[in-house]
Amino acid sequence: MSELPQYPPIDPTTFDLIVIGTGLPESVIAAAASTSGKTVLHLDPNPFYGSHFASLSIPEFNSFLNSNSAPPASQSCPETACPSDDPNLSIINLNCRSLYSDLEISSFSPTLLEECSRKFLLDLAGPRVLFCADKAIDLMLKSEASQYVEFKSIDASFIGDGDGALLAVPDSRAAIFKDKSLSLIQKNQLMRFLKLVEGHLRATAASVGTDVNQSEKGEERETASRISVEDLESPFVDFLTKMKLPAKIKSIVLYAIAMADRDQENKEISKQVLKTKDGVDRLALYQSSIGRFANASGPFIYPIYGQGELPQAFCRRAAVKGCIYVSSVEINPNLEFQSSGNYKGVKLASGQELFSNKLLLDPAFTKSSPTSSPDDSLCARFDFLTAQNVKSKVVKGICITKSSLKPDVPNLLVLYPPQSLYPEQSTTVRVLQIGGNSAICPMGMFVIYLSASCEDVAEGKKLLNRAMSALLSFPDCSESSSIASDENVSHPVGAEEGKPTLLWSALYAQELQTTGQSDCIASSPTPDGDLDYNSVFHATLELFQTMYPDTDLFPATNPSDEHSGENAES
Amino acid sequence: MHGRPRKPLKPVDEAAVAAKAEKLRALQSEFLSNHQNKIYSKEAVELSAKLLEINPELYTAWNYRKLAVQQNLAQCESDPESVNSILDEELKVVENALRQNFKSYGAWHHRKWVLEKGHSSMDKELGLLDKFQAMDARNFHAWNYRRFVAALMKRSDEDELEHTQNMIDKNLSNYSAWHNRSVLLSNLMKKAAPGFTSKDEVLTREYELVREALFTDEDDQSGWFYHLWLLDQTVRSEFPLLVSSWPVEGSDISLPAADYLDGCASMNVFHYSSRNFPLVLYFNQSVRGVNSSTVSVSCGFNLNIDLIWKPLSSTDSQSAKVWATHLAIPDAELHSSEAYQVEVKVGFSQGIVSTTGVAYSHPSQISFQLHLQKTPLESGQDSRFGRIQWKDDCFAVYEPGSAEPDLVNLLDNLTIKNEVESTASTWQARIIDDETNIFRDLLDCKIGKLTVARLLTAYNSLRPLDKPVHCKEVLELYSELMKLDPSHYQYYKDNHSLVLLQQVTSSKESLLSRCFHYRDSTLSTNGSPLCLRLNNLAISQLGSFEKLLWVQMLDLSNNELQSIEGLEALQLLSQLCLSNNKFRSFTALESLRYLKSLKVLDISQNEIGSHSIDTTRYLFRSPLSHSVGSCDWNINYLSSETYWEAFFVLKDMGLTQLDVAGNAITSKSFNVFLEKLLPTLKWLDGVEVN
Repeated sequence: MSELPQYPPIDPTTFDLIVIGTGLPESVIAAAASTSGKTVLHLDPNPFYGSHFASLSIPEFNSFLNSNSAPPASQSCPETACPSDDPNLSIINLNCRSLYSDLEISSFSPTLLEECSRKFLLDLAGPRVLFCADKAIDLMLKSEASQYVEFKSIDASFIGDGDGALLAVPDSRAAIFKDKSLSLIQKNQLMRFLKLVEGHLRATAASVGTDVNQSEKGEERETASRISVEDLESPFVDFLTKMKLPAKIKSIVLYAIAMADRDQENKEISKQVLKTKDGVDRLALYQSSIGRFANASGPFIYPIYGQGELPQAFCRRAAVKGCIYVSSVEINPNLEFQSSGNYKGVKLASGQELFSNKLLLDPAFTKSSPTSSPDDSLCARFDFLTAQNVKSKVVKGICITKSSLKPDVPNLLVLYPPQSLYPEQSTTVRVLQIGGNSAICPMGMFVIYLSASCEDVAEGKKLLNRAMSALLSFPDCSESSSIASDENVSHPVGAEEGKPTLLWSALYAQELQTTGQSDCIASSPTPDGDLDYNSVFHATLELFQTMYPDTDLFPATNPSDEHSGENAES
Repeated sequence: MHGRPRKPLKPVDEAAVAAKAEKLRALQSEFLSNHQNKIYSKEAVELSAKLLEINPELYTAWNYRKLAVQQNLAQCESDPESVNSILDEELKVVENALRQNFKSYGAWHHRKWVLEKGHSSMDKELGLLDKFQAMDARNFHAWNYRRFVAALMKRSDEDELEHTQNMIDKNLSNYSAWHNRSVLLSNLMKKAAPGFTSKDEVLTREYELVREALFTDEDDQSGWFYHLWLLDQTVRSEFPLLVSSWPVEGSDISLPAADYLDGCASMNVFHYSSRNFPLVLYFNQSVRGVNSSTVSVSCGFNLNIDLIWKPLSSTDSQSAKVWATHLAIPDAELHSSEAYQVEVKVGFSQGIVSTTGVAYSHPSQISFQLHLQKTPLESGQDSRFGRIQWKDDCFAVYEPGSAEPDLVNLLDNLTIKNEVESTASTWQARIIDDETNIFRDLLDCKIGKLTVARLLTAYNSLRPLDKPVHCKEVLELYSELMKLDPSHYQYYKDNHSLVLLQQVTSSKESLLSRCFHYRDSTLSTNGSPLCLRLNNLAISQLGSFEKLLWVQMLDLSNNELQSIEGLEALQLLSQLCLSNNKFRSFTALESLRYLKSLKVLDISQNEIGSHSIDTTRYLFRSPLSHSVGSCDWNINYLSSETYWEAFFVLKDMGLTQLDVAGNAITSKSFNVFLEKLLPTLKWLDGVEVN
């Protein structure tokens, strides 16, 4: 990174908040802090916005992952703490480590891709969409970041099986009516269940909306349609069983509507068992997302030009509110502390010292361990910055094809519920295909994102490979110039009928890390394994509230802005 | 609009409203003066457009524009460009008006009027319709207009059918779309368009479609109606058929010789008067064209007169399900010892047609024998009439062989066998059978129960000759529905009643279990007449008349009847008890007018007169709208203006005994009225009339 252009020193040097990294959480907080009148400096070592949430061209993608996915050793970091000029300051060194590992890139049609490799915008954060009724959308509207982004509707969602068949998810009354795979009685059961949930939500909303005196009568009437507290606290899967839903419907509700990640039936293996109340909330989110925007046919939308647009939109919002941006800055920051142990500022690789009341760090930054700091107690407070031995990972895949998984449906979602690909499959595989009409690839081409949570990367890759072979046909391997050496999954030779042919693929694993915070220093969360941004936004908002407990997040200024959300284009 | 909550009204700015109203009034009066003075200048026409955009309901303004258009068109006949601009302007005004209120009849009508002038591209009209239907898919104005446009541009029924499919796919709660579908399918099947030649296949396809809708959302009523329509299409017989008759084929009927009856139209002997022997034909649907040329009657005795067949219908003087005539047997030519063979041939010559225009094409023949009986009158049966008492202790359980052996034998044979029908109904039976099995999965909800009940009933109606099956199940289903859905109690109750009657009339055994001998002190066991007692059944509607044509004495007391519609088929009826029911008016008893043999009537303990308007019956006849002959209708006659309903129903009846006590209408003056109206009356409310 030595060839980076030398920036003039940053001026001023004192801020309310310094944010390092332009991932979505950092960008939201930078925008929120700027909006509330704080002085903010936003730094990013990369030449692009978005950090781990960025959308990159193929060359950028290759270089970013390759440089970032070496074994997570410290790189180009000073080995020891720089002695401080000021004896009153103590210093903690930070390393920039990679969240990625096990990168495997295969190109089956190098010439074709060579021509247009820069026309791709590949999402680092994996398959991800927004629910139209998502908090993220509300926040974008509220923050006015929405004016910088336009969306495309995801045209359809499907449940896949190991044979490559795709069945439309019967997620609404019209979809259930048109569905060809459910039996009459299954249609009835599913619809009754959706109505039950709807009735429960309505009853709950009604009792919240009216005061006690008024609601007494109504409540009597509505309690019948409410789901009991007992049931709400029980596992969602048990509630579905209690409602006598057959396995097929349960699977649709759990994995294609409530978007559960892990096998809910196998409670010993599964760490996250969805409770009924959460399941009901997710169903509510799904249902209220359908029809929120006139141009979105289903519940999901995807940003035109890729997910990297989202952090960028918040950055632009922050810049409007006075935030200062410096990118491609060589950081390797060293934290400076006063002798009292209070955080004082950061020292950049250039040697410039910048001071702030608070600091927010990209999750890639970790405290070098073992610590070389003279003050052990000081270090102990920042244990959250130590690279945690994270077991939970998410394996992601990106595939490029020249035809769609479903003819005439450019943007679509496919879900492989646990055990749908093979009996040991314990997590849901999510597949998102985005077409050229979303401007993330040349027209006529398609990018297919895959992801699966896993404990073990090999297991995760096996899952993705299985999903890929169910959906795609692999060209003759002799043509391929596979970069990855160990191609241990046997692919059928030659194009299979009807399936899109794989042109390029990348598989990689990403660590999952949540927020960390102590005093004035906070670390933002990594992209999670979810399909939507709910958890990321939730964690970000919580983080902002702990950083600035007395500050409103994007206080409402102009109520008429509600309309700006409707610029989802079809 | 459907399914959208009404927005609360914004606080009204009184002054603004008043100003707006003032402006509108000014516009309106200016417009009206233009209209009166036939001013069709550019400014004047523009003024009307302005007015219509504010208030599209002003029909006068639409008419004014029509006149203006006609005048302007006449002036520029030769120039196609200016014609177009005039008509374009009209379409624009309509569009603006519809934007203001898309349910404005006047605006839609005006658009049709313009379009009929052969203007505007039809595709543009369909595009506009799509816009309106996107706003509200069920807007029936838009649907009506769509049918109009489709007809005008000769869009194929197949394309329109596909359009309904698309609309239903988007939102299955679209009654208008389902309805349009039924109209289009009827057309296509009638035309036998390619792919629509087999009714069996078309209906099977439609059942599949609506089944998906009903199972997806059992609460959506639009699908129910469509299912009901399909069911009707399935079971309705296209061909008119003779279902039953009186007398029954092969019957042997004894008539008392005329000599013995002279001067005493006996009350107590339940035989037929030879002077007035009824023939009844009961068809499966309403038919017209029953007359002496289409139905021939030949007897052993010489009967040369043309019989006059009358339709038994109060709503239609040309067609009816039931037709009757009366044989007047000439006394002189009969020899009591002989049996006379009578043959009734129906439909051997063309002429009988259903109301839908299908000709009766299954000629049938009914043969029976008539005997004359010279039984001497028993003592005590003189001119003194005994009073019939509908008390339980006057009825004795039917004893086999004790009386009416001829009649009892006939009960096996009440309906006519139509071979055509039984073979044609195989695919219908299969459809209904399949459908029943599928809907049994939905028995835990209202529509499931109702549909299964309807299907099972329909199944029975397909095979009228066989004993009805599943009656018990259907009755249970309706009983459950009455409890489950009290707001439609009466509908379920009526259907329950019909099935119950079907069950009761299904076999000779079951009919006989409800037959009783009427006995009182004046009668010997020998001559005791048979009474069919359908009392205490809690029935609210009558049915199965085709099985009851033989009944002379009928007890329907202690039920929940509100009407006796259909009872007119029972031409032999001479004693009828309707006490303790829920009749609300005499018009509810209109069928009585056709029962010329009726002598004894009990309508006590009902609600006649307690409701000024009989809300349970949707057809309320007023004295002025009805064909009560003007010569009969004398305002001063018998204070009939007060009791015109009773007058209308009871006049010309030969009643000898009438019970009306226990109704709100009864009073001294009413009794006086009745005594005058019915000169034959001997007993009124148990009191002998002098």
